[in-house]
Amino acid sequence: MERSSSTLLNSVLFFGIAVLYLPILVLIAFSFNASPLVNVWGGFSTAWYGQLLHNRQLLEAALLSLEVAVAASSGAVVLGTLAATALVRFARFPGRLLLTGMVNAPLVMPEIITGITQLLLFVSMVQLLGWPHRGFTTIVISHVTFCTAYVTITVQARLASADRSLEEAAMDLGASPTRAFLEITLPIIAPAIISSWLLCFTLSLDDLVISSFVAGPGASTLPMVIYSKVKLGVSPDINALASLIVCVVGACIVSAGYLMGRSDRRRALETQLAGR
Amino acid sequence: MRTTWRPGRWLIILPPLLFLLVFFLIPFAFAFKISFAETAPRVPPFTDVISFTRDHHLHLAVSLGNYRYLLTDEVYGVAYLYSLRTAFFSTLICLALGYPMAYAIARAPKSAQGLLLLVIMLPFWTSFLLRVYALEGIIRDNGFLNALLLRLGLITHPLHIMRTSVAVYLGIIYSYLPFMVLPLFATLEKLDRTLLEAAADLGSTPTRAFLDITVPLSIPGVIAGSMLVFIPAVGEFVIPSLLGGPNNLMIGRVLWDEFFGNHDWPVASAVAIAFLLLLVGPIAVYQYYNVRQLES
Repeated sequence: MERSSSTLLNSVLFFGIAVLYLPILVLIAFSFNASPLVNVWGGFSTAWYGQLLHNRQLLEAALLSLEVAVAASSGAVVLGTLAATALVRFARFPGRLLLTGMVNAPLVMPEIITGITQLLLFVSMVQLLGWPHRGFTTIVISHVTFCTAYVTITVQARLASADRSLEEAAMDLGASPTRAFLEITLPIIAPAIISSWLLCFTLSLDDLVISSFVAGPGASTLPMVIYSKVKLGVSPDINALASLIVCVVGACIVSAGYLMGRSDRRRALETQLAGR
Repeated sequence: MRTTWRPGRWLIILPPLLFLLVFFLIPFAFAFKISFAETAPRVPPFTDVISFTRDHHLHLAVSLGNYRYLLTDEVYGVAYLYSLRTAFFSTLICLALGYPMAYAIARAPKSAQGLLLLVIMLPFWTSFLLRVYALEGIIRDNGFLNALLLRLGLITHPLHIMRTSVAVYLGIIYSYLPFMVLPLFATLEKLDRTLLEAAADLGSTPTRAFLDITVPLSIPGVIAGSMLVFIPAVGEFVIPSLLGGPNNLMIGRVLWDEFFGNHDWPVASAVAIAFLLLLVGPIAVYQYYNVRQLES
């Protein structure tokens, strides 16, 4: 009974993983297809990748997306780390429940609602204050909003499990709380901060719905350009572009996971050594 | 010592609090206001709801027309119901598939767990739009699935999956499955194994122990995972738009068309507000279990 049930469990697990990966693998395989017909294999070719380099529209959109992603994940990392510090370190303060709610809600809020509400805010702000004009700025602000949520959750978990006695020892030895935080706690949570930066980078690079609402008529991010092409059907140059993005994003995620894992292992080792 | 920190505290609390307040919460107030406006041929394309007359009197021009329109034009009712039904059944299927997956990872040796989680996480973070596009490559009429089934002789004519409800279901399950597995794993991993051993010692069969101990203790994970799938799935736009047909009108798609197609911002705002009211319950449930889990 025990053995047969675990065989069944493992087969469901591997079926699930296969379902998750098969489409991506097929997509990557067909991006090297020499034939322009998407369903016939015509031999190996990297021609579609070469073609991407000559597509100005795609290159401009990619550049905008990269700039937005860097700006948004950097902003989100600062705000998210502050929010996580506040939530973990300060047991009660006015607005704590509000902050908890606002940090968690973007994770489940349908993007289409966030997108339209933020656009209406930006439009009203322009009427009242003359700022911010739709484009780079508004896309970054929107991306910071949902990315902050992910940073807060990741850093919060790490901060909650961090050993406070080191920081207290530093303060006993005369360090100011700020200095103790910057020199002791910040290095401990640094892997969580770096990996959440990488995760935000990928989330921002991927966002279609919110960007479409807040970008305005002038600016197009990479997903917006891809979406308009994908609407027309499957095509080999989009396969090539998609494979490239999937690989870049995959590399970011794997390094984020590696960073978190490595610091976990090192911490476990240090605690073991300290215990002896 | 901590009391000496108080003034500095606000330097930490205020930036994220104010930012999220202004750019996440307050936008809902604007959407609420504009849902009572009317379209107008100007920039931005709606009338003022709140304005001041020349002698500094507050003037309110509230129109309930948009909400009346939502109630009378049956497209909206149909789309809401279709979205809820699709999200509900997709969530159930994700649960049926995700629970055994999470359980298998939780029972795997510790050394393999990290890798398995990464394997589940990877698609979770990888471009949503591109994954939906990749799925189209599998399920379209001349795609991978039909080619495989034809080759195996299981079917004689290609299956028409694209532009049907089935494609929308497949898209949601494929895209949101990791959202279900991760919170389930988090609760199943914390499960106290000694409870199961105690049950076995007392003569309980593994199935009985599973139903009486594992399932009740994993309820918070089931709820968190279900909400993480259900809530975004109700508002899904990319999947019905790329994989669904003209009949698969989900509310996200209706809102998008109202906004980008008809340029009717007030009606789009009203759709968003009505939709949000529908989601307040599920979001509150999610927040409740989430906060409880963080505190434990």
